[in-house]
Amino acid sequence: MMQDLVIRGIYIVFAVLMLMTFGLILTWVERKQAAVMSDRIGANRAYLRIPFTQIKLIWWGLFHGLADGMKMLLKEDFKPVTYDRVAYALGPWVVFAPVLLVFAVIPFGGTLVPSVLFSGSPGIVEWFGDRSYPMQIADLNAGLLVVFAFGGVTVIGSMLAGWSSNNKFSMLGAIRSASQMVSYEVVMGLTVVGLILIYGTVDLGEMVRQQSGVLLGFLPAWGIFYQPFGAVLFMTAAQAENRRIPFDLPEAESELISGYFTEYSAMKMGLFMFAEFIEIAIIAALFTTLFLGGYNLPYMSDAGFTLPGGHFIAMSHGAVVVTQLLVFLVKVFLLCSFQILVRWSLPRFRYDQLLRFAWKFMLPWALANLVVTVVAVWAIRGAGA
Amino acid sequence: MNRKPFQRRVYWNEPELGWWESFYLFEIIRGLSITGGVFLRNMGRWVTGRKGALTTYYPEQTRADYAEHNRGKHILTQRPDGSPQCIACNMCATVCPAKCIEIEAGFDPQDPAHPKYASRFEIDYSRCVFCGFCVEACPEDAIRMVKVVPDLPGGDRDDMWFKRDDLLSWMPQADVAKPYPPKAGGRDGGTP
Repeated sequence: MMQDLVIRGIYIVFAVLMLMTFGLILTWVERKQAAVMSDRIGANRAYLRIPFTQIKLIWWGLFHGLADGMKMLLKEDFKPVTYDRVAYALGPWVVFAPVLLVFAVIPFGGTLVPSVLFSGSPGIVEWFGDRSYPMQIADLNAGLLVVFAFGGVTVIGSMLAGWSSNNKFSMLGAIRSASQMVSYEVVMGLTVVGLILIYGTVDLGEMVRQQSGVLLGFLPAWGIFYQPFGAVLFMTAAQAENRRIPFDLPEAESELISGYFTEYSAMKMGLFMFAEFIEIAIIAALFTTLFLGGYNLPYMSDAGFTLPGGHFIAMSHGAVVVTQLLVFLVKVFLLCSFQILVRWSLPRFRYDQLLRFAWKFMLPWALANLVVTVVAVWAIRGAGA
Repeated sequence: MNRKPFQRRVYWNEPELGWWESFYLFEIIRGLSITGGVFLRNMGRWVTGRKGALTTYYPEQTRADYAEHNRGKHILTQRPDGSPQCIACNMCATVCPAKCIEIEAGFDPQDPAHPKYASRFEIDYSRCVFCGFCVEACPEDAIRMVKVVPDLPGGDRDDMWFKRDDLLSWMPQADVAKPYPPKAGGRDGGTP
């Protein structure tokens, strides 16, 4: 029992550190990538001076995130005259907390066997025995449902913030946010149903384990090859859930100042921003888990590589664990970068276009995708049975 | 009240979406590949040590494309002995539309030809509009503008006041319009 606690504690620390780092780094990546995409250099003036020397660490402007954080912490915490102080104070947290909680069910690595990993020290081997732990904070068999449940809570946070700010712009932003997120949640759910049918489970760890196989002899059995159209729809809907630029109607600067968090300042506003950036990482992690084989490299399993020719390369358990962690992080990072690419390439929708896009374009295509999947699964399984 | 229902005006160049464009996906992929291509090109340039941006670092670097006749920083011309040609007549300060020139006159009994000189001559570059009126107004050709722009960035607005010695730092010994003492029979009338 104690062993479980220790391992889970390490997982939680790792996950929180990883998400916070992603949140910080992504502010920098967003600036730099936007700059490089538009032939600029990007923010590079903030520096850390090593005390008592004249050595300035600039590091391509990495410390701008730090400077922003300091600014947010030191600014005046302005509070509007509102009759609902509790909801006003609660808003940012209700937006921020569920975003972190979603990561609890996402597997970020394969199975960890401590007794094999630390086979050099007999004390650890004896203490852990032959226990093994999937690298996932909560190994729930309702994984995907948890993701959607927490995803839905975020709407409440933005509604609370918009309502309690006592400001017309915030109210409009909150209304827009609510209708947009409800619309796109439907599409997101429908695209994932196809995957659930194929894998026969909503357990994210089990889904990834099924994706480590091989499809048609050479393709890795990733979800994106089963559901290419579903992957595109899921990515679009997920970005709409995150309210970033092609879909940033709730905070459209040119219309609503900054939407439902207009009246927030200092670190409360920082929490909204931070939640947005962490949600980029969460979306990337979800997409990796559902469609890109999670922590799997092509042809890789928990024992080593099995190349298509039947050639087998064995790997030690430690090497496998490190590779899986790194592969997951790299995949998540590349997908974050892709989302930032989308954000700096596409213009914003008009509001009626946004909702029409959800209900008249994405929803029918998601349904069509689902119908095709159902028929295909029925045909293949039916033929097999 | 009988109002006509709103009709959106139809323009002659009304954009029309074909089925290909109205499917969005392929056009979005095209757009993303353009921006992504620019990103990869610039990153490739950075990695191989070339410059991947059009940016000029402002205070550290100077743009190469200043016009030949750009009029930037002010200078005070000097006599061959190094004293400023300025006679503190205050005409530049009077004509200045931004009121950014401040002159204080001094008295020099050693120089009977120009007993009045500028003991203090300051330009506030946070206000200067670079109109060049001061250069036109000067009867002594004592103030000119040169191609380089003043080195303005600083942490304090007091840094943007350029003092007399800053303006005299230019050493135009060969370029003095009025030789001193004036040549006999010259255009200026010569020695009386």
